[in-house]
Amino acid sequence: MRPFTYVRAQEVGEAAGQPGRFLAGGTTLIDLMKLDVERPAQVTDITALPLVDIAEHGGGVRIGALASMAQVADHPLIAARYPALRNALLAGASQQIRNMASMGGNVMQRTRCPYFRDTSFTACNKREPGSGCGAIAGHHRKQAVLGTSDACVALHPSDASVALVAYGAILTLRGPDGEREVSLEDFNLLPGQTPHLEHDLREGELITAITLPAPPAGSGVYLKVRDRESYEFALSSCAALLDVQDGVIRAARVVLGGVGTKPWRSPEAEAALTGQPATRETFENAARRALAGATPLEQNAFKVPLTARVIVRALLAAQAGEAADGHGDGQTADQGGRA
Amino acid sequence: MSHSATLPDPDLALTLSVNGKQEEVHVPVQATLLDVLRERLHLTGTKKGCDHGQCGACTVHVDGQTHLSCLTLALSCEGRAVTTIEGLAPEGGLHPMQAAFIEHDAFQCGYCTPGQIMSAVACVEQAQAGNADAIREFMSGNLCRCAAYPQIVAAIQDVAGTSGQGAGAGQ
Repeated sequence: MRPFTYVRAQEVGEAAGQPGRFLAGGTTLIDLMKLDVERPAQVTDITALPLVDIAEHGGGVRIGALASMAQVADHPLIAARYPALRNALLAGASQQIRNMASMGGNVMQRTRCPYFRDTSFTACNKREPGSGCGAIAGHHRKQAVLGTSDACVALHPSDASVALVAYGAILTLRGPDGEREVSLEDFNLLPGQTPHLEHDLREGELITAITLPAPPAGSGVYLKVRDRESYEFALSSCAALLDVQDGVIRAARVVLGGVGTKPWRSPEAEAALTGQPATRETFENAARRALAGATPLEQNAFKVPLTARVIVRALLAAQAGEAADGHGDGQTADQGGRA
Repeated sequence: MSHSATLPDPDLALTLSVNGKQEEVHVPVQATLLDVLRERLHLTGTKKGCDHGQCGACTVHVDGQTHLSCLTLALSCEGRAVTTIEGLAPEGGLHPMQAAFIEHDAFQCGYCTPGQIMSAVACVEQAQAGNADAIREFMSGNLCRCAAYPQIVAAIQDVAGTSGQGAGAGQ
């Protein structure tokens, strides 16, 4: 790891505007610094900042950006009202990483694309703009099939972000010039011809909080499918929120993970569900709509039919959760094995 | 701002709380907790496996929670309580989990064992050892190349008093 200037910030105002990288849990940053992918001249340690509270906020919940994945997953407000988020967090990492990793860092985590992580590959437009993409003509089995470009197919790896987008999460960003809010859905950028630009985060800005509005009526599920049963990134996942009344879908949210260059909300699927009878046929139609724009490559083409089945299974589970507990907190009837 | 330094300036002075003792060490800015434990404090029970947070061999407790010391910057640990495998039991004694690992033959080569035991102790302390499935999930971040997993689960169930709960057929 290259040396750097180390600064420990004691107050948010002191951290905002610092150059280089912010250090929270370190599970992404230290890893990538060891790989020489991240080479910050300065690291500002923000672990002492008072940004760990999880509390009621305007009918929803406000999560401090330094709350750990474990703290959020285990918090009673999250377990009761945002079950798909709890299950995405539990499925998202090992216990050690859940204890370390912050929520703000989870939102900021970088792709696992091997061409990005290994500097012995010269071609990676995300790491070295203009150098090309090694994955498209190389090994891309785990990379994205939605939101790709001819410059980058790198997968967004976060499970938690998928559930956060489903619940309409808003990020609070603190910069040298003050505070602003941006929805997580808009925060992550598509790669286009500039895959090195991943977020709507300006120089020196720091995520200070993640706010969830009151959860929508109905039940929520996070279903994750992966190469092994635990401690692995998603091949495909789906956060499905479903509100069914008298057999008719009043509202739905469908967000996909493991397949997109960003957490992939599908307005096409949601439109195909809303107002329709809550049947398998409706769910299958929604899945087809969600994947109509997929751009698979040879090795990851399997993700398209796999994801169609994941969407249907997640919606069936959400519907079953709704049926099981009437109309309420929505237990995850199906988490794809253990959460 | 309590620290501001760059290499090649002289090493930074750092006070760490390790196994209940205050330890003053001098470290380069980029030192990980793992490297400081092993190379400055000579606490070599904590092992370096992948050095990238994927294998769990370097697991220690920080403020009572399992952490990966290979992904932890030593400088960020000032003011936090670190416990390593050497700190689980008094000198010459064994923690009940260490005794259970021996009793159940829960290792072969032993390289992953300190990390396994640190996670296992937390698993029981945090009441996550109610059945074999819960234990396997809690322990999923600790890999064992010798595949002693069934014996590790058995040792944890023994200490937790949950033997026979969802034991199934090993893995």
